[in-house]
Amino acid sequence: METIIEVKNLKKSYDGIIAVNRIHFKVYRGEIFGFLGPNGAGKTTTINMLTGLARITEGQIFLRGKDVTHDIQSVQKIIGVVPDENNLYEELSGFDNLCFCGALYGMKKNDRERIARELLNLFGLKDAGRRKFSEYSRGMKRKLTFAAALMHEPEILFLDEPTTGIDVASVRHIRNLIRELNRKGATIFLTTHYIEEAERLCHRVAFIDRGKIITTDTVEKLLDANRDAHMVDFRFAPVSFDISQLTEKLHSRFPHISCVLRDPGTIRITSRQVTDIAPVVSFLASSGLLVQEARIIKPTLEEAFVKATGIEINLMKK
Amino acid sequence: MNSAIAFRNILFKDMKNYYLKPPNISWGLIFPFAWMGMLLIKSGSAFSISEVFPGIVALSILFGTTSMLSVTITFERKSRSFERLLLAPLKTELLILGKITGAILFGIFNSIIPVFLCACILKAPVNNWFLLAAGIMLLSITSTLLGLFISVAATEVFEAQTYSNFFRFPMIFLCGLFIPVTSLPLLLKPLSFILPVTYGVDILHYSISESNFLPPVIDLIILSVFSIVLFYFSIYNIRRKWIK
Repeated sequence: METIIEVKNLKKSYDGIIAVNRIHFKVYRGEIFGFLGPNGAGKTTTINMLTGLARITEGQIFLRGKDVTHDIQSVQKIIGVVPDENNLYEELSGFDNLCFCGALYGMKKNDRERIARELLNLFGLKDAGRRKFSEYSRGMKRKLTFAAALMHEPEILFLDEPTTGIDVASVRHIRNLIRELNRKGATIFLTTHYIEEAERLCHRVAFIDRGKIITTDTVEKLLDANRDAHMVDFRFAPVSFDISQLTEKLHSRFPHISCVLRDPGTIRITSRQVTDIAPVVSFLASSGLLVQEARIIKPTLEEAFVKATGIEINLMKK
Repeated sequence: MNSAIAFRNILFKDMKNYYLKPPNISWGLIFPFAWMGMLLIKSGSAFSISEVFPGIVALSILFGTTSMLSVTITFERKSRSFERLLLAPLKTELLILGKITGAILFGIFNSIIPVFLCACILKAPVNNWFLLAAGIMLLSITSTLLGLFISVAATEVFEAQTYSNFFRFPMIFLCGLFIPVTSLPLLLKPLSFILPVTYGVDILHYSISESNFLPPVIDLIILSVFSIVLFYFSIYNIRRKWIK
C-alpha cells in the first residue's frame, strides 16, 4: 500500500497549551481514514497543519512525499478541504462560488464552468446554482462547501466534521458521495465526533484525545476486540434521587460486570460472559429504579472508542 | 499553474462584490464634493482652489482605500472566506496583490472626481500632469497598504474602522494637506516625515502648484520604498498572525 500522508512526531503548541502532542500516523492511498475524538481533542488543529493553515511547532508532515513545511503550494494543488465551518462568499451565487474556487487553482473558464455545473448536479443544487450563497439552507451550504473542495479534482480530501448540524437527508447524501468519491480513487481524511459515521465510512481510524493518538487500527480489528463483550442497556423511569453512586454499588454486587451511566435514564452493563439479567433487574428495582426496557447492544466502534479513551460518547457530543 | 487566472479572479470578485457596489460608488462621488464644499464655502476666500486641490485628492484616496481594504479583509477573515484563499496553491504575495489591486483602483477612481472638478470645471492650473498621475497612483498604493497594515491588526470590522480613523485623522493635520510641513512645530515634524502620505501630498503639491518642500524625485523614491516596505512587512505579519 502506498503511503499518501505521513505524519511524524507532530506537535503543535500555542500560548503554552499543547494542542497536538507528538502524534504519528500514516494514511494509505485510496482509503477513508477517520480521525475521531471529542471537541478540543486536536482534530481541527491537525487538519490545519496538514493543509497549511497552521504552522507546525515540531515534527514533519509529508503528503505524497512532499514536505508540507517546505513545499506547501505543491501540496495544496492536490488537496481539497471541507472545513468545519462553511467558508464560501455569501454575496456570490452557488455557481459563481464554485467557479471562483476553480479559478484559485488556475482552472480555465470553460473547464471551471463545466465542472461547476456537474458538481451542482451531483450535489442536487442545480436549481439553486444562480441563488446567492447567503440564501441557501444550512444543508445546501454544507453541500456547496463540499462541492467547492472538489472543483480542482483533488487526490486527497480533508473533511472536517462534514455532516455536523445538517438535516438527515443531506447527511445521507453527503455520506453516499464520500463513498462514491472514495470508490473513484480519492483518499479521504475524515474528522468527526460521530462515531457511527466513522464506523459506516472508514477503513481505518485513529482515536485522538487531548492531543494524543490513543490507538490507530482498521475498523474491523477494533470491532473484533470487542466482539466477546456482552452489553445490555437498562432504561428506567425517571427518579428524583441521585443515581450516580448506583453504578459502583452494582459493580460491587456483580463483580464480573462493569456499569456505566449512559444518560440520566440509562445504565449500560458490560460483561465478558453471558449474564442472567434477572438478578440485575431485581437489584435495580430494590434500589428504587423501575426498569422499563432492557436492550441487547451489539459491539460497535463506540465501545472500542470508550474502551480506548475512557470517554463516554454522550460527553463527547457535548 | 496559471497564477494570472487566480489573480484576475480575486481582483474581479472584489470589484464586483465590494468596490462596484452602489454605496461605494456614491461614496467616491459624494466624498470629494463634501470636502470641497466644506473648505470653499465655509472658509470663504481663505483658500484658493489650487491650495485645496491636492488636499481633496489626497483625502479622497486616503479615506477610500484605507476604509475599504481594511474592512473587506477583516470581513472575509471573520466570515472565514479568506481561508479559501489561504488554502489555494498561491504565493501569499500574489494573493495579497490580488486583494490590494482592487482597493488601489478604487483609490484612483476616487481621485478622478476631484481632479475633474478642480482642473476642468474650476480651471485650477496643473503644472505637471504626469507627476499628478504618478502621485495619485503612489498615494493610492501606500494608502491601500496602510489599510492592509490595519486589517492585519484588526479582528473585527468595527476594530478596522476604529484603527483606520486612528491613523487617518492625525494624518490630515500632519502630512501637509492643509498645514505645510515646514510650518509644523518642531516636535511634530518627525511624525510628519514618517508618514508616507506626506510624500504623496508633496508630489501633488508640486504637480499642481509647485508648492512642494522636497524634490519630486525624492518623493517618488521615498514613496516607492514605503510601498515595498509596507507590502513585505504586511506579508510577514500575515504569515505570522494568520497562519498560526
